[in-house]
Amino acid sequence: MAVTKLFGASVKRREDPRLITGQATYTDDLTLPGMLYAHIVRSPHAHAKIVRIDTAAARREPGVVAVYTGKDLAGKLNPIPTAWLVPNADLRTPPHPALATDVVRYVGDGVAVVLGETRFAARDAAALIQVEYAPLPAVVDQQQAARDGAVQIHADAPKNLAFTWRVAGGDAEHAFADAMRGGVIVSQRFVNQRLIPNAMETRAVIAKYTSGSGELTVWGTTQNPHIARFLMSVVTGIPEHKVRIIAPEVGGGFGSKIPFYADEAIVAYCARATGRPVKWVEDRRENYLATIHGRDHITELEAAAHRDGTITALRGRTWANLGAYLSTAAPGVPTILHGLILTGPYVIPNVSYEVLGVFTNTSPVDAYRGAGRPEATYLIERMVDLVADAVGMDPVDVRRKNFIKREQFPYTTVEGLTYDSGDYPPALDKALDLVGYQRLRDFQKQGPKNGRYLGVGISTYVEICGLGPSSVAGAVGFQGGLWESATVRMHPTGKATVFTGASPHGQGEETTFAQVVAEELGLPLDDIEVVHGDTGAVSMGWGTYGSRTTVVGGAAIVLAARRVRDKAVKIAAHLLEASEGDLLFDQGRFSVRGSPDRAKTIQEVTLAAYLAWNLPQGVEPSLEASAYYDPSNFTFPFGAHVAAVKVDADTGEIELRRYVAVDDCGRVINPLIVDGQVHGGLVQGIAQALWEGAVYSPDGQLLTGSMMDYAVPRAHMFPTFVTARTETPSPHNPLGVKGVGETGTIASTPAVVNAVLDALRPLGVTHLDMPLTPERIWNAIHGKG
Amino acid sequence: MKRTVKVTVNGVTHTHEVEPRLLLVHYIREVLGLTGTHIGCDTTSCGACTILMHGKAVKSCTLLTAQADGAELTTVEGLAKDGELHPIQEGFWEEHGLQCGFCTPGMMLTAVDLLRRIPNPTEEQIRWGIEGNLCRCTGYQHIVNAIQYAAKKLRGETPAKAAR
Repeated sequence: MAVTKLFGASVKRREDPRLITGQATYTDDLTLPGMLYAHIVRSPHAHAKIVRIDTAAARREPGVVAVYTGKDLAGKLNPIPTAWLVPNADLRTPPHPALATDVVRYVGDGVAVVLGETRFAARDAAALIQVEYAPLPAVVDQQQAARDGAVQIHADAPKNLAFTWRVAGGDAEHAFADAMRGGVIVSQRFVNQRLIPNAMETRAVIAKYTSGSGELTVWGTTQNPHIARFLMSVVTGIPEHKVRIIAPEVGGGFGSKIPFYADEAIVAYCARATGRPVKWVEDRRENYLATIHGRDHITELEAAAHRDGTITALRGRTWANLGAYLSTAAPGVPTILHGLILTGPYVIPNVSYEVLGVFTNTSPVDAYRGAGRPEATYLIERMVDLVADAVGMDPVDVRRKNFIKREQFPYTTVEGLTYDSGDYPPALDKALDLVGYQRLRDFQKQGPKNGRYLGVGISTYVEICGLGPSSVAGAVGFQGGLWESATVRMHPTGKATVFTGASPHGQGEETTFAQVVAEELGLPLDDIEVVHGDTGAVSMGWGTYGSRTTVVGGAAIVLAARRVRDKAVKIAAHLLEASEGDLLFDQGRFSVRGSPDRAKTIQEVTLAAYLAWNLPQGVEPSLEASAYYDPSNFTFPFGAHVAAVKVDADTGEIELRRYVAVDDCGRVINPLIVDGQVHGGLVQGIAQALWEGAVYSPDGQLLTGSMMDYAVPRAHMFPTFVTARTETPSPHNPLGVKGVGETGTIASTPAVVNAVLDALRPLGVTHLDMPLTPERIWNAIHGKG
Repeated sequence: MKRTVKVTVNGVTHTHEVEPRLLLVHYIREVLGLTGTHIGCDTTSCGACTILMHGKAVKSCTLLTAQADGAELTTVEGLAKDGELHPIQEGFWEEHGLQCGFCTPGMMLTAVDLLRRIPNPTEEQIRWGIEGNLCRCTGYQHIVNAIQYAAKKLRGETPAKAAR
């Protein structure tokens, strides 16, 4: 394919041919000779003592090879660790055994594993296991769990507190005192409801242990194979260099495949204990219990403002429900990734905010698309609208008034982050223009039509992603680095393999990374292959989450590609008998300035590098280079979204009429892929506003226990999204990119909620919690909310 | 007590003895080794397992293999002919109608059935037409574009391309 400029081109994805023909291999598509199937028996109680487990009948069943309980695993597997030890927060890390031994703490907590020759032998036998439980009181609400007298879930976490974290700057008390004398104070309680990630592929693990070599090979649905390898080694005791983790095709993650789960360790143990490969695959109802949930914050927040709409302070507290055990990244999500971005794109000089991490008898909570940032953006964007109400201003004007100005970048917020670059007004202008804001407001002034009220909602956001500078990671307790590795390896025939420590699972980096390398080295796109997801092939890396793959992984790749080019220049100069300074490099060709016919292609140079017949002094054979890129800062994509809804006052039904998203993710490598990321994010964020929500009964049963009860959104529920971009490059990133994987989800939830409440303003409704179901709307309108 | 079934899949006829309770999706994936058809749920909600039975979209997780005795099935592996992609596959590729790819086989087969019934669907008909198929990655918009692309191609028209 003769393409002149690939960076910025909507190139067709290299991933697609195998995916659209059914040839791709996901974890459950693999079978190994002699493979056993594992079925995990899980607690039906939210909180109970395990009195007795009788596995005799199960073990006698034909086709059953072994049954293990928590007692069998004790001493053989270390507890499942959490890997984000947030400092200065009185963090408690109670032990999390792979299989429960004495106490089960949530519905879904594993108590035994059955290994069968077939999937169904294991499942049938599991039904014969008798577990005697002594139920204990359970608590599912985080505010209740943190009260005196609530049942204690972990002995070493009094009041069920996992942590108490604070961020403060300026003098919030003074600002609020000031506001009491002539300003406004707005108070609101917000619920950011628990969500179930619902990646279309459930989790799966296959483990194979070869005792002769001591090697463990694991195929699994992970977003970060190297982190999984590290933690697998920690938990099983198998040395890290003997563990190989492979992520085959992974069917979505959205954060739910970041953690290292007990199931992975259990399967590894079973493979080692039986000497046979073992496969475990969740069914969807099991996924709903055993895979992490997202969000679940209850917040009480106040804003102080002047009567002219200038917001002077934020003060409040969030109770973050962490579930029964600390998942891998859980402590950092409602703190570092949330509290530090509370002020959003605004100049708010006074903040005092506390987050309590609370254990409850529910499934563990961890990062889910946006991971802390949607929760923060929801708070600030709702607050801005409430302040606008209080001072009688258009919410657009309040936003403009409080925006950080372009001249102020790089801007250090009161929470201590330095936003790299930003230009907020043009994005807002563009969004308002595209949605036809003035016409919508004019139409709205005419009042409801046929009992249907029009509402317009805005969300101007900034988020923190491109995780991240490793020194900051360490300072905030993340037990890992956040740099990324890349190797660009030329082969003798001039083709290239690119290795990345990131681990895409649908985001398209096999294409975009090839575009970057093709552009740097002048290679045809088809001559480049991108390899990821295998610790046996790829140097240490940190995986794909937090919108880091292109930002950090891509930066490492472009640096590695440039190192390849730098070495190629040396060899080309030598072959062309010219000095390096006299060489031009264009479209994969080195030529001598002034003598364009004296040229060597990069393919010729590569072959020369491998034959080594005639290399310059000091240059070693081969042509490949690695780079390990550690960003100097996070990146801060931003944008403006506008939603227009119609609310039927008779039925409470909401129709999303129009949705405009203007996002600034810096430079764009592949516009089609960026649009796809935005659309996907929008659907998830809008779905939180209107339909989704994981619901527990007071005694800890997950009522939304399957796809029949949990409203995963479908195509007909959305209008065609209008997407546009502004482009403010990140000044510290070699590619100028900022990341875009989570922005749609972060921005859209408050845009839609603001729109619905804007529609309901004439009816006297000022706030409603999500999801905004027709029932909730109707009750609020009729005073029964 | 096993049953004998004879099923033609992508033009090839297979005869097997299966347990009555064996779901068709497990037969396709594990007995025939055609793993392009995926399992995404356990309540017939997600559509990842969608195949064509006598040309009509069905959820193979909610059929017993025994119910497919004598039937002609098409799975994703049977869409391309002689190395040439089916217009629906071409549409998904051109329009970036997939990200992780897990829902894609089922989504494409539903689309094939939809376009058979409604060769010139409106956007609304497409969105409702795929209501039995969940996608968590794409937000559906490029899937709609992909189906529109395929519709044009199947009608003998030349669709504009979004990708290079």
